[in-house]
Amino acid sequence: MTHREILTILLLVILIICAVSVNIITDLLQSVITFMAYSFVMAVVWILMESPDLGITEAAVGAGVSGILFLMTLKKIRREDEHDPADEMEERELPEKEQSNEGEKA
Amino acid sequence: MKELLRSWIEGETDPLEDLLDTSTREDQDREARKKISQEKIHRLEKDPKVQESVERVRKRFRKIYLAVAIISCISLSCVLLYTISLLPRYGAENPRATEVVSRYVEKGIEETGAVNIVSGMILDYRAFDTLGESHVLFTALICVMILLRIDRKNQRTGYEDYYTIRSDTYYDLSKDAILPLIGRILLPCILLYGIYILLNGQNSPGGGFSGGAVIGAGMILFSAAFGMKTADRFLTLKLCNMITFVSLAFYAFAKGYVFFMGANGLESHIPKGTPGAILSGGMILPLDIAVGLVVSVTMFGFYSLFRRGSIGMDVDYESFSSKRRKRPGGKKKS
Repeated sequence: MTHREILTILLLVILIICAVSVNIITDLLQSVITFMAYSFVMAVVWILMESPDLGITEAAVGAGVSGILFLMTLKKIRREDEHDPADEMEERELPEKEQSNEGEKA
Repeated sequence: MKELLRSWIEGETDPLEDLLDTSTREDQDREARKKISQEKIHRLEKDPKVQESVERVRKRFRKIYLAVAIISCISLSCVLLYTISLLPRYGAENPRATEVVSRYVEKGIEETGAVNIVSGMILDYRAFDTLGESHVLFTALICVMILLRIDRKNQRTGYEDYYTIRSDTYYDLSKDAILPLIGRILLPCILLYGIYILLNGQNSPGGGFSGGAVIGAGMILFSAAFGMKTADRFLTLKLCNMITFVSLAFYAFAKGYVFFMGANGLESHIPKGTPGAILSGGMILPLDIAVGLVVSVTMFGFYSLFRRGSIGMDVDYESFSSKRRKRPGGKKKS
């Protein structure tokens, strides 16, 4: 076996591990990062299979843009169960609202 | 009267709303029955015997669920592996796999003028495939726009939109210490690399899709590092639509012209150029640019719509946040 073949087999094993663990991991953030790692390894595999065109696209789309979109979605769906600093900011920046509430009480 | 008609057409009011009682006798009966059955369920839920049996059924169901999941997974992978075994062997001397390929390899440079045979294939021999793919991206952008866009008409639709914009103004990373600095160093390299891939697609690996994706990723980094308002200065929704439309229309017309001339044995008057030069490959370079523009605008549009529900300065932030300060369930201003 040449070095190239050993490297390909190693990368394919990593690929399978990534693909399985994306489903097993319960934390969504870790899952997204594993998915991005999968895409990155896939890009290297494409280059080893002598198709650099696909490798570049995979690295840019799979490991870059789609990962970012997943993270944006995560940010949106997590707001309910986590502490949100934007709430604090709003309370700090809105003194008139508090004043109006106090006025009502008085 | 005119006013009422206008608001009716725009869907703001329904003049028949109060006049018609659409609920029938059956509906009322059904609701009453529903109420009774709900009460029964509530009473049963508190019974310990019922709880025990429910727990037992749930456990059994979980086991069955696991078994079915494993079986379906294994059978699906068996089907896929069997399909793969039907494919021609990698690099085999199989006529249906090698005939077209050898034609492309032997005559590709002569017929398309592109050294990178992949570019010659996807933008010359199979150019309409690429046109279809660009339209798929365009359609995807439209779908995301339908789902996520916040514009003047639906500004008052809910807390959801308000949250999107508010969190976007709060989590603005342009005041961060690290990201703008790294962005300043990395951005020129990323954009230059993307443009290089895009323009040199006919000579080296790359082309419209990969170059466009790299440029789009660079634009995402730009808007993340220097704030959305800086990005709004050069990319508005109007410009975005214009770029996409002009690119797709140019692609369709240019490729249609070339195919029409080629099919009828006419001279197409587009010089092939010397293979290896930057201006070679006939129509490949302009088509690459068109595809790259569509892809990069789509990537940036996805990001922008996911992040704050609009491309460009569509919504007036200040007025929006002051309008929607009340949360559902929160205290209302009297």
